[in-house]
Amino acid sequence: MKVRQLSLFLENRPGQLRVPCKVLGDAGIDILTMSLADTQQFGILRLVVKDWERAKKVLEQAGSVVNITEVLAVDVPDRPGGLATVLEAFEKAGISVEYMYAFTARERGKYATLMVRLEDPDAAAKALGAAGVKLVSSEELFARAGA
Amino acid sequence: MGPRAVEPRVFDPAETLPRGELRALQLARLREAVARAGRTRFAREAFARAGFDPTSVRSLDDVRRLPFTVKDDFRRHYPLGLLAIQREEVARIHGSSGTTGRPTFVAYSRRDLETWAGLCARFLVAGGLRPEHTVHVAFGYGLFTGGFGLHYGIERVGAAVVPAAGGNTPRQVALLRDLDPEVLVCTPSYALHVAEVARAEGLQPNDLALEYGHFGGEPWTEEMRQEIERALGILAFNNYGLSEVMGPGVSGECHVRRGMHVSEDHFLVECLDPDTLESVEEGEVGELVFTTLTKEAMPVLRYRTRDLASLDRSPCPCGRTGVRMGRVVGRSDDMIIVRGVNVFPSQVEEALLRVEGTAPHYLIELSRPGTLDEAVVKVEIRPGDFSDEMRQMVELRDRIDREIHAVTGIRMTVELVAPNTIGRSEGKARRVIDHRRPS
Repeated sequence: MKVRQLSLFLENRPGQLRVPCKVLGDAGIDILTMSLADTQQFGILRLVVKDWERAKKVLEQAGSVVNITEVLAVDVPDRPGGLATVLEAFEKAGISVEYMYAFTARERGKYATLMVRLEDPDAAAKALGAAGVKLVSSEELFARAGA
Repeated sequence: MGPRAVEPRVFDPAETLPRGELRALQLARLREAVARAGRTRFAREAFARAGFDPTSVRSLDDVRRLPFTVKDDFRRHYPLGLLAIQREEVARIHGSSGTTGRPTFVAYSRRDLETWAGLCARFLVAGGLRPEHTVHVAFGYGLFTGGFGLHYGIERVGAAVVPAAGGNTPRQVALLRDLDPEVLVCTPSYALHVAEVARAEGLQPNDLALEYGHFGGEPWTEEMRQEIERALGILAFNNYGLSEVMGPGVSGECHVRRGMHVSEDHFLVECLDPDTLESVEEGEVGELVFTTLTKEAMPVLRYRTRDLASLDRSPCPCGRTGVRMGRVVGRSDDMIIVRGVNVFPSQVEEALLRVEGTAPHYLIELSRPGTLDEAVVKVEIRPGDFSDEMRQMVELRDRIDREIHAVTGIRMTVELVAPNTIGRSEGKARRVIDHRRPS
């Protein structure tokens, strides 16, 4: 149920974000979703793409430091209180979230999808599944996006 | 069986010459040295530029009027432009690899080689070597002065040599185990490596006959001495030298181990402020400058070593009268002064090493936006250090920040930067960019 995520180190100065995006674009790799964490001096760009192995290769060839981590994709009902309900399940299972970001794919109005980084994704997947939280597989995620 | 304390012995009576006699000898030899150096066009031109009359040396203080010699003089007069004897009188040539570009060569006459062996014998005996001992030499034998210099010093004492040379550490450990040498000679970092390999092969310090170690060729610390002594169960002694002046044997520790006695009957030493080139206060750290007093083949006058150390002129309980130099604490060519504190790039490197195991590429940038110096250390992030979690990245930066403060005593702003963004030049990396305007 895990989804591979690419993380890139970025210095906080103009053009730093555009370069990896251009590299992926030139390689014909579509970005499904992304998030950017930043400090005053540097940032971490996290990306979910279908062909992560090729993406890692082209980014590293372009000089980026790339790290691969596993995250969970969780469906959240697209209605008021939907996220709170899911987070309640996290809390009950004693799972702490390192960070997360959300996006809506094709099925707008039904679900939003959360990308969640947890310490132990396997244990979390089990606990969340048992709590009735809907996890999305990598295949389904990209199929929805028509990728 | 731990290391045995050293029985105080003096190899050469010249080591305990009363100061007055020593100074008289130095003056007589300085005049000869100046005359000998004057045989080279290089020195004659330098004398002319400095307005120095080589026949005008009346006192030891006159050394201050002599022109300096620097490493680059050897390079510019490649290969043997500083030679003051006939080529057929040369008995040996050594050299330094030269981390940037051209190597530099130094030549020895037959008498220079005799002198040199005696100088190495002095510190070896001061640090416990006796004729019945066997010495394992793990210095490279080649152009580098360490191997052959120590080799002939050991033979001069009358001890046996195992010329193991460098490399192949497991074989070195086997030799140490099977041939029972009492003394080890190498660089301090290699001694630690040998100790590690010995331990990995299941050897305890007691399984080896080693009692003493003579280490040199690179700067090291008191902590490193303790580590080596613990790991090998020996007493470790420091020695100092550089090929341009002679090689090992310029100075070495006695059993008191509070500084290295300079063989002042062969070398005149000054300790100068690298900026003003004036003598520093007694006991202060400054750049060591040596004038060879007896060297025939390549006499050097006021050679600027770029090595920073202090001199201690107080009498030593061992009876040797040669001034004692402290450990080399850094190099004058890379020292920076930040908010009044002397800082070396090597200290920043040491801090990075503590945090990450191996030191990544870094660059220190100095500026003075207002009245205060600001130091920024840019550290290239490496794949192994990079995490997708901001918390860990901020922690990494804070750890580097704390270690730099602990090592240098000052705060520097740590900036993590992308790989390959810090410029690499040919050979040695540039470690410091100073944007401060000279005040």
